[in-house]
Amino acid sequence: MNRASGIKLEHIALVVIVLFIAAFAAVSSTGNHEWSGADTQAENVISQITGGTYEPWFSSIYQPPSSEIESLLFALQAAIGSLIIGYFLGYYRAVEKAKRDNSTRK
Amino acid sequence: MHIMEGFLPHPWWEIWFGLSFPVVAYGVYRMNKMIKDSRETLPLLAVAGAFVFVLSSLKLPSVTGSCSHPTGTGMGAIIFGPWITSVLAVIVLVYQAVFLAHGGLTTLGANTFSMGIAGPAVGYLIYKAATKAGLHLYLSVFLAATLADWATYLVTSIQLALAFPSATGAFASFKAFAAVFAVTQIPLAIVEGVVTALMFKYIVSLRSDVLLRMKVVTDSTIAKLKETLP
Repeated sequence: MNRASGIKLEHIALVVIVLFIAAFAAVSSTGNHEWSGADTQAENVISQITGGTYEPWFSSIYQPPSSEIESLLFALQAAIGSLIIGYFLGYYRAVEKAKRDNSTRK
Repeated sequence: MHIMEGFLPHPWWEIWFGLSFPVVAYGVYRMNKMIKDSRETLPLLAVAGAFVFVLSSLKLPSVTGSCSHPTGTGMGAIIFGPWITSVLAVIVLVYQAVFLAHGGLTTLGANTFSMGIAGPAVGYLIYKAATKAGLHLYLSVFLAATLADWATYLVTSIQLALAFPSATGAFASFKAFAAVFAVTQIPLAIVEGVVTALMFKYIVSLRSDVLLRMKVVTDSTIAKLKETLP
């Protein structure tokens, strides 16, 4: 992570993400996977352990009526988060730049 | 992936509520005090909360052929400590429980304990230990965020194992739940660690003054980073 070697954190992050995608592609191409949620799988473990006798005693007060609407709400969650992060990082960046420009002008 | 609605029987859901509530209440107190004492922390707090929002909305495929999502709590834990981070986690957990039928209101106590308290506490301690041991700042952040994520799902497995002990005891069912949660989470936790380190780098480059005042980093660490990084 120093200038001499030219390896930056961004490069490491890129490699890790590429490896992550490659792992997905490799697993995906071998065998059948459901890619279901880990919580659904935990549900299966629970019914195995209890012999299928466990009944959830409370159900969600609201269920997204379709997977489209569910993905909308998940996307909304991500969008709100990214908006806030982008706004403040951009704002700070501009403040830094304005400070630097001011000090060079003087 | 959180424990689903209605999937924790009595008395466990009450126990986890009981354990989580005081922590979150104290977190709210700490948060209010921090914002009142130093308003310049507010934008960073928003960023840390938003980071939890983004990361916990991304359900990612793992090498086990199933999906789970990162937590994003490592960042908040490093900057603001586990108390305040527990409040950020509750906000996200309530959103997902109410609108997405993901997690649940009856399991909110347990999910808050794993994602909002245990994970951040582990991340915070790892960060402190790693920086004290003189590890590179970004490596410390990576380790803290990765292990905070992973610890969250280990605790989820423990919570389920305690509520659903198998015929041969709770440890056997812990292994079964950990095989689902903890193994799926390994690659995700690593990605989360790297992304958090990257995010931390940008915050250091823009607002190292706030981090210094909050004693998240020291002058000498910043000086060292400025030497090696453009």
